[in-house]
Amino acid sequence: MCDTCGCSNLPPAPARDEHTHAHTYAQSHGPGHEHPHEHDHDHCHGLTDRHEHAAAHSYQTVVVNQALLGANNRLAEQNRGAFRALDMLALNVVSSPGSGKTTLLQATLNGLRGRLRCGVIVGDLATDNDAMRLRGTGAPVVQIATGTMCHLEAGMVAQALKKLDVRALDLLLVENVGNLVCPASFDLGEALRVVLLSVTEGEDKPLKYPPIFVSADAVVVTKMDLEAAAGFDREAALRNIRQASPKAELFELSAKTGSGMEAWCDYLVTARKKWLELA
Amino acid sequence: MHELAIMQSALDMAEEKALAAGASQIHRLRLRIGELSGVVPEALRFAYEALRPGTMAAEAELEIEEIPALCCCPACNADFHVAALNFECPKCHQRSGDLRKGNEMDLTSMEIS
Repeated sequence: MCDTCGCSNLPPAPARDEHTHAHTYAQSHGPGHEHPHEHDHDHCHGLTDRHEHAAAHSYQTVVVNQALLGANNRLAEQNRGAFRALDMLALNVVSSPGSGKTTLLQATLNGLRGRLRCGVIVGDLATDNDAMRLRGTGAPVVQIATGTMCHLEAGMVAQALKKLDVRALDLLLVENVGNLVCPASFDLGEALRVVLLSVTEGEDKPLKYPPIFVSADAVVVTKMDLEAAAGFDREAALRNIRQASPKAELFELSAKTGSGMEAWCDYLVTARKKWLELA
Repeated sequence: MHELAIMQSALDMAEEKALAAGASQIHRLRLRIGELSGVVPEALRFAYEALRPGTMAAEAELEIEEIPALCCCPACNADFHVAALNFECPKCHQRSGDLRKGNEMDLTSMEIS
């Protein structure tokens, strides 16, 4: 190659075969810079598709090894750090639509009055109906309208937190979008993940939606007042929950009648105490 | 269908890394997906077909390595495969929720030029 003008790089030869051709480029050399051009050469760069070893060409391998939800995970860790600094136990409450998340939270807010200062973040695709219901308890509530998103993400929770007087709270209840699939993958920075199963849903749901149940720290069977009417097979349900949620504490309650609520509220008070001791 | 959002994250991340390495094309993408990650490889592939046109990965091959779910038994301290949601250690029949593998959802590597 000519070191002065780099002319052998101009422009790429059209074919891979050996060839000899006249130099016809309108490229003039500067004064005192004359040299013969010989374009009889091998090609060793894959400039055309016809190149025979194009497939073997050295693509660069880049090792990444990063979580696909790395951005969410980082924000979740920030939330977790903030919750820890505030001594605020955070719960991520998930279930299918209609399992009774909002009703359970209402009863929980009432049951914990005077014991823990609670705040709520509630996610739905649209409307602030749930927030209105929950505000009736007197607790501060922030509604997140996710638009079309089927789950909450850590960043949304971080934004919603700004609207709460977090220094005045001991317990943050995050009601996720009603969905048993997608919320499983998105860490919000919570200390405990609570999964609900209502007696009207079918006893095999824990086996049908494993990821969310596997990740549960507590599983709450709701609407126990409808157990008989729904023909709920309690033994089978508990067996399935124990199978799919090996690390979960198990509760059976009716937020409507209040049965089982005391044990559930006691659990939250104790869970916060234990969590504070872990610090 | 959160696979669509997850695949979008994968493509965004891959393009960012490829650009940072001075590449203009992605030829191969390798993902690692755990058995209990909540993500279905088939749905990821479907999302990939929908999302890749017009990106640097428009012509790229997608490889998905599936990682079996492994739990560690607290009694015998050995890892065992959680088959069919059976969290019981096959040796000592102790139950374990100590999941060591199977939650992965990573971009492992890619080939670029």
